[in-house]
Amino acid sequence: MKQFAALLRKDNQPVRYLVVDDSVFARKNLIKMIEMFGGEVAGEAGDGLTAIAEFNRIKPDIVLMDITMPQMEGIEAVERIVRQHGDARIVMVSSVGYQENILAALQKGAKHFVQKPVKPEVLYEILRYVLSDDPNAVNAPVALAGEHHS
Amino acid sequence: MRMELIQPFISAADAVFAESLQAPTKIQDLSMDENTYRRKGVAALIAIKGDIEGRVILDLSHEVAMKVASQLAGMEVEASEQVVKETVCELANMVIGNSVTLLNDQGFHFKVFPPEIHMDETGLAGSADTEAMVICLETPCGEIYLNIAMHYLHRRRSERSAVPALD
Repeated sequence: MKQFAALLRKDNQPVRYLVVDDSVFARKNLIKMIEMFGGEVAGEAGDGLTAIAEFNRIKPDIVLMDITMPQMEGIEAVERIVRQHGDARIVMVSSVGYQENILAALQKGAKHFVQKPVKPEVLYEILRYVLSDDPNAVNAPVALAGEHHS
Repeated sequence: MRMELIQPFISAADAVFAESLQAPTKIQDLSMDENTYRRKGVAALIAIKGDIEGRVILDLSHEVAMKVASQLAGMEVEASEQVVKETVCELANMVIGNSVTLLNDQGFHFKVFPPEIHMDETGLAGSADTEAMVICLETPCGEIYLNIAMHYLHRRRSERSAVPALD
């Protein structure tokens, strides 16, 4: 399995993620990748409404957000989260990757977009980029995932 | 049936299965079908409405679905009806999502409805004027079937705007 240098916060703690997807498999898959990147899954949600509540509760460093979900879709959830927390870092993760969808998500405040099925190396680079303007996160990885905190 | 409508689904299925299952896939069989579709395992039906209309069915056996589930989860998954349904829906969502992206980039606009799972014994009827293409894809987990029935409903937006209005 490919190894990735850990993405850490400036305080040397793991980046905390909220994973939002109505598919259990999609969440498991993303969680597996987060662990490969040395991150910590602070919370999970299966719809937009729960995602908002979870965001307020755990204040994650990064949200990975699906678009098509029951109750409230991802793009509306992004809009509501960003309205309350202007510094929220949300990456959209969806199988529907056409331009209108991507633009709508970015206009509502998402930082980036990755299409399913997610390739670990693609998500890793996007997370590095999104974290690079986070004052709490390091710009450059410093350790291999799994080696920095045991 | 127009191949330009079918090709994005085949390309998307190939890419999605290859990436998700971490191995190449190949088309084992391809045929036209005018009859009501009889599922082979658990089938997810996704309806499409807009510039083009129709439906796509993704169909796989319980056994194949469980192998796919373990592959997607990265660990052995305990077999259950719920896991099978989740797996089929997730695969269908990824294939359709990627196909829609390709078709949208070609200028087609339409709405995709969430997948509906079919496990009963009754067939899945197509519309009277629509024949379906059935594609059997061989994957490392087993055979996965795609049944695609699609037709143009309206002229594409660009074609509509090119036609002068009649007063």
